Amino acid sequence: MNFVAWKMLTGDKAKYLGLIFAIAFSTFLMSHQASIFCGLMNRTRSQILDVRDASIWVMDPKTQYLDEVKSLPDQDLYRVRGTEAVEWAVPLFKGLARTRVHRDGSFRGTILMGVDDVSLVGGPQDMALGKLDALLQPDSIILDRVGYKFFFPGEPLELGKQVEINDHLLTVAGICNSSAPFVNLPVAYARYSIAIKLVGSERNLMSFIVAQPRKGLSADDAARRISAATGLRAETASDFGWRTIWYYIQNTGIPINFGITVLIALIVGTVVAGQTFYLFTLENLKQFGALKAIGVTNMRITGMILMQAAIVGSIGYCIGIAMTAAFFEATKNNLDLRGFYMLPEIMKGVAVTVAGIAFLASVVSVRKVVVLEPAVVFRG
Amino acid sequence: MSKHAVETQGLSKDFGTGDSVVRVLRGVDFEARHGEMTLLVGPSGCGKTTLISVIAGLLDKTGGAMAVLGTDTAALSSSEAVLFRRRNLGFVFQQYNLLPSLTAAENAAVPLLAAGMSRKAAVAKSSELLERLGMGPRLNALPNTLSGGQQQRVAIARALIHGPKLVVCDEPTAALDHESGHSVMKLLRETAVGPDRAVIVVTHDSRVFEFGDRIAHMDDGQITHVDTKGN
Repeated sequence: MNFVAWKMLTGDKAKYLGLIFAIAFSTFLMSHQASIFCGLMNRTRSQILDVRDASIWVMDPKTQYLDEVKSLPDQDLYRVRGTEAVEWAVPLFKGLARTRVHRDGSFRGTILMGVDDVSLVGGPQDMALGKLDALLQPDSIILDRVGYKFFFPGEPLELGKQVEINDHLLTVAGICNSSAPFVNLPVAYARYSIAIKLVGSERNLMSFIVAQPRKGLSADDAARRISAATGLRAETASDFGWRTIWYYIQNTGIPINFGITVLIALIVGTVVAGQTFYLFTLENLKQFGALKAIGVTNMRITGMILMQAAIVGSIGYCIGIAMTAAFFEATKNNLDLRGFYMLPEIMKGVAVTVAGIAFLASVVSVRKVVVLEPAVVFRG
Repeated sequence: MSKHAVETQGLSKDFGTGDSVVRVLRGVDFEARHGEMTLLVGPSGCGKTTLISVIAGLLDKTGGAMAVLGTDTAALSSSEAVLFRRRNLGFVFQQYNLLPSLTAAENAAVPLLAAGMSRKAAVAKSSELLERLGMGPRLNALPNTLSGGQQQRVAIARALIHGPKLVVCDEPTAALDHESGHSVMKLLRETAVGPDRAVIVVTHDSRVFEFGDRIAHMDDGQITHVDTKGN
C-alpha cells in the first residue's frame, strides 16, 4: 500500500509541489536565518577566538563583554604574573583607531589589537602574506584582508604599503585572515608598545591580560585562582566568548528579530503545509472511504498518510537545506560575509522542526480519515 | 441461518438517538442465495443503501439477526470485520471510486495490495483479469481518460480480483447510458455469479431487472415482496 500512498501523493502535481514548496521555503527560512543569527553572534567574539595562544583572559571585574572594557593599570599585569596558577601572562590592547591612506585620503575605523612586544602572543595565526614576526620591525602593522581590500582596492596582496593612524605612518608588514568582527571593520595588529602610542590618551591603556595556566592546571582552575588572588575577572577564552554572545543576546534586538523570522517561517510552513495536506486528504476522502470499505485498516491508512507526510517533509527539507547550503556556498568567498555558515546543529534542529511540521500537518488529516465511516462510499 | 450467502431476520437500523431517532430499517427479512444475482429495488430513501451497508459491515445494525456467508458479522470485532470484508467481499460503487492517480491495472490490484501481495504480482494478476473483461488495451490508462463504462469495468475487476464470495453493488449502472449499463450488468452476471458466490445489486434502473435471479422490492425500511425469475 506504500505504492498506493506514493501514487496518491504525487498524482496531484500542483498540491504535491505546493506541499514540498511550503516545507522547503520554511526549511530555508529557518535554517538560513538561524545560521545568520549564529554567525552574527559568533562574530561578537571573533577577537577572542583569534587569540589562539592564550586560554585565559583577565579583565576589570565589571567588564560585561569584549567591546566595552575598562583598561587595567600596568601593575595588574605583575599581580597576575605573580599568581601561582599562571605559567605566563602578557598585556593585550584592543581599541578602535581611524586608519587612513595617504594616496587618496580614504579612512575607516579599524579594530587595533596590540600584542605583547616580545612574545607576540595574541597576534594573528592565519597569515595570508608575510609572517607574524614582521611585527618586530619598527612601525609595522599586520592588516587583515578586509582592511587591505578597503584601503588598496583592486590591488594584489603586497607588503610594504603604508597607512596612517593618528599621524603615525605605519608599514603593512603582513596581511592576515581574521575572523569577521560583529561590525565588519578591518583589524590591524601592532606591537603593544606601538598600539598604545597610536591611540593612547587615557591613564591606563591595557585592555586585557591574556595568560596561560601553569602545566597541570586547567584553564578553568587557573582563572578561578587568578580571580581569587587579584580581584580581577579571569575567564577562559570560551567562557568570555560566551559571555560576550549572551551580552548581545540580552541587550540587543537581534535575537528577537531573528526569532520572529524563524517563528514566521515555522507558522507559515505549518499552516500552508497543514492546509494543503488537509485539502489533499479531503479531496481523496471518498477514495480513502473506498479503501476502508475494501478492507484497508485504519492503522494502514494512518501509515499511508504519515508516509506521505514523511515524503513531502523529507523532500522539502532536503530542498530547503540545499538552498541554504547553496547560499552559503555562493557567498563563502565574500569577505564581508565570512563567518556565516550552516552549523550541523542547525541542520539537526530544523530537521526535527520540519518533522514536527509534517506530523502536525498530517495529524488533522489522519483524524478525518480515521473517523470516516466507510459507508460514505455508498452515498452518491 | 447459514444456508444462504446472506440472510437477515427482523434487521433494524436506527440513526440518531432519543427524540431525533430515525428508523431506516424496520425489521428487514432478506436473503441472497449462492449462485444468484439478487437485485434490491425501491424508491429513493427506502433504505436500500443502508441495508447493503449493514450487510457489508460498513454500518452496525441496531437490532435483528444477520448472517453473511454463514458468519454473524455483528459479533465480529472491528479488526475482524475489516479482515472479513477484505477476504470475502467485493464492492462496486455508483461513482466507481477509483484512485485517480493509479492506472486501471493498479486500481484493480488494490485489494491484493491491501492483502499484502507484492505490487508486481498484484498488477500482473489484475492485468490478466482486466484483459478478460475487455480492458486489455487500456491497462495503463488513468481513470480520467476512461469512459464511464470502462471505469465501471475496472471497478468490477477490483471487486472480483481477490475472489470474494459476495459482491455488493450500489447502483452500478446509474451513471451509465443504456448500452454501457447493459454491458456492465452482463459482465457482472458472467463474472461475479458462481456456484459459491452471490451478488447483490442495489438499483433504480428497471432496464437491468432482466439480469436478476431474484428482485427484492423495498419500501419504507422493509422488504415488501420478492420476485423470482420465472414468476
